Amino acid sequence: MSIDALPLTQDRTRELLAAIARVAVPILLALAVGGAILLILGKNPLTYYGYVVQRGLLSWGGFQETMTRMAPLLLIAAGLIVAFRAGIWNLGGDGQYLLAAVVTAALAPALIETLPRGLTLLICMIASVAVAAAWSLIPALLKARYGINEIITSLMMSFLGTSFANVLVKLFFRDPATTVPQTRSLEVVDRLPRIFGTNVHSGILIALAVVILVHLMMTRTAFGLRLQIVGANPAAAVHAGLKVGWLTVATFALSAGLIGLAGSVEILGVWGTVRADWNPAYGLLVVPLVFLARFNGIAVIGFALFFSVLMIGGESASRRIGVPQDFVLMLVGLLLVFLALVEYLDHLRRKRAGV
Amino acid sequence: MSELLTQPFLISLLFGAVTAGVPLLLAGLGEQISEKAGVLNIGIEGMMLFGAYTGFVAAYYSGSFWMGFLAGGLGGMLVASVVVLLCIRQGLNQIVIGIALTIGAEGLTALLHFFQFSKTYPRLDKAPVLEIPGLASIPVIGPALFSHNIVVYLAVGLVVFLGWLFRASYVGLNLEAAGAKPAALDAAGISVVATRSMAVLSTGFLAGLGGAYLANVGAGLFVPFMTHGAGFIGIVLAMLARGRPVWVLLGAILFGVSLAMTTALQVAGVNVPTDVVQMLPFAMVMLVLVIFARHSVLPPALGLPYVRGDR
Repeated sequence: MSIDALPLTQDRTRELLAAIARVAVPILLALAVGGAILLILGKNPLTYYGYVVQRGLLSWGGFQETMTRMAPLLLIAAGLIVAFRAGIWNLGGDGQYLLAAVVTAALAPALIETLPRGLTLLICMIASVAVAAAWSLIPALLKARYGINEIITSLMMSFLGTSFANVLVKLFFRDPATTVPQTRSLEVVDRLPRIFGTNVHSGILIALAVVILVHLMMTRTAFGLRLQIVGANPAAAVHAGLKVGWLTVATFALSAGLIGLAGSVEILGVWGTVRADWNPAYGLLVVPLVFLARFNGIAVIGFALFFSVLMIGGESASRRIGVPQDFVLMLVGLLLVFLALVEYLDHLRRKRAGV
Repeated sequence: MSELLTQPFLISLLFGAVTAGVPLLLAGLGEQISEKAGVLNIGIEGMMLFGAYTGFVAAYYSGSFWMGFLAGGLGGMLVASVVVLLCIRQGLNQIVIGIALTIGAEGLTALLHFFQFSKTYPRLDKAPVLEIPGLASIPVIGPALFSHNIVVYLAVGLVVFLGWLFRASYVGLNLEAAGAKPAALDAAGISVVATRSMAVLSTGFLAGLGGAYLANVGAGLFVPFMTHGAGFIGIVLAMLARGRPVWVLLGAILFGVSLAMTTALQVAGVNVPTDVVQMLPFAMVMLVLVIFARHSVLPPALGLPYVRGDR
């Protein structure tokens, strides 16, 4: 026994190191290549990265913004985890997010006139979740009935949704009092309450609770297990008697609903209104985040913080240092490529080791 | 309604439909080649956008539209070569890399554009037009269909060429085998990796050319994120065309018309909000998918890396 135990612990340490490397190496490579591109463009990458950390993490104001930004990222990540674990590519996040945001922005100022704040916020969130879920219905049904690739259909619905959200803002819910088309604003006092006198709204608490619940649902419940089986092997799932079609629709609705909740919380917590042509385009941005966390709802919290720092710091850097925010987008693309590459090399290593 | 069907309206609609449809056609044909060979090329949006950027920059600095088109095609190929290296040769997940390339190209082109032109959007001169002798003087149809940039005629010629290639050449058979039963192609002594690599590089060239046309001829300038899903529409076209280039052409015309509606309606003096019109092509895609969902066919080995001896 003692002879067997020794290599086992060694293996375990090695596995742990490998797990850390699988995450750290792609991040470092992406930052390095991104830095090289900055250098070519005549900007000092160290200044840029230093500024991003300084602004996004180490300054109190920036840190509060970072925490605030984490809320939508986490909720979208929760939505993507549900879908990806079930083997479904819901890439329609932007449309689902924006439509949900518009529904909240349209409802909230009207409801607050007659209802108490808590009820208003709750109704807005539920309505947004429902609308976002409904927006995913066509791709879900096409996938479930005819096996039509959901990547394409959800993307198409996303483009459709972003334009439709604009139509709603400009033609139906426009506040006549403003020159720039936007919906009526929800007063700051009526928005989601702040946490302990900070500027961080309580949406982050909702997001943390949701992402942990989603993680527990996916790993500890029968429903989550069913989804994972569908994701791992749809043919086996059919043989096991699972209603794959129904599960596909349910997964899509849940995934889109969570992304919708992100849109609703962002409006109720931060903006109070939707301006025309507003589109933060988090939908694809969160994809690498979820992959980095290997679809793990707990790990995703740390990566959401990392992304959030990058975004808040990057936004500030674009104003101060003159490196546009698009740099972060490119960094995310690089990150995804290196992630896939490192994953693949790791796969080769395991294969060679015979594990 | 009758005053809508005036000559200027019709010319504007048809001309616009061709201009808007050609990038979709090139992307759709390109994607079709990849899909035939069993590669789901989600990164085509990124290839198109990068081609639009390199094509515009080359045309802007050289003053030659030919250089622009060439650079656009090569730019698309450059992005496609990443797919070849990572997905075809190493078997990495085509969807993940595709998304990464699209996001990466969006960020990179916006970044490069910013550092070159800051927040200005310089315009190119009007693209040269080749009027087909005789046909171009037919009223309405002449100016609408037969006085376009040469790329338009090349793209339509490509439909015929690919139709022949897929149906009656060994290259076409090899492509189809690479998508339907790669092991059989391998057994016949032809490299699956090489076949797929050629297919993806061709896709990259066509998508990049489509992007360059979009920027240099369609818009006359480069704006970050300007492809706005055109590459993805190309994927839909390829999906619905069931391997037949003619259907890609018909689909491209359909979506071209819905894209051209905005300007045509403005010419006619009807003021429709742009957002409503922007929904049209995507709504059209969804409608077509819902109606023809049962008929879309994809090769069995689509999206799967080929590993010799692997079951």
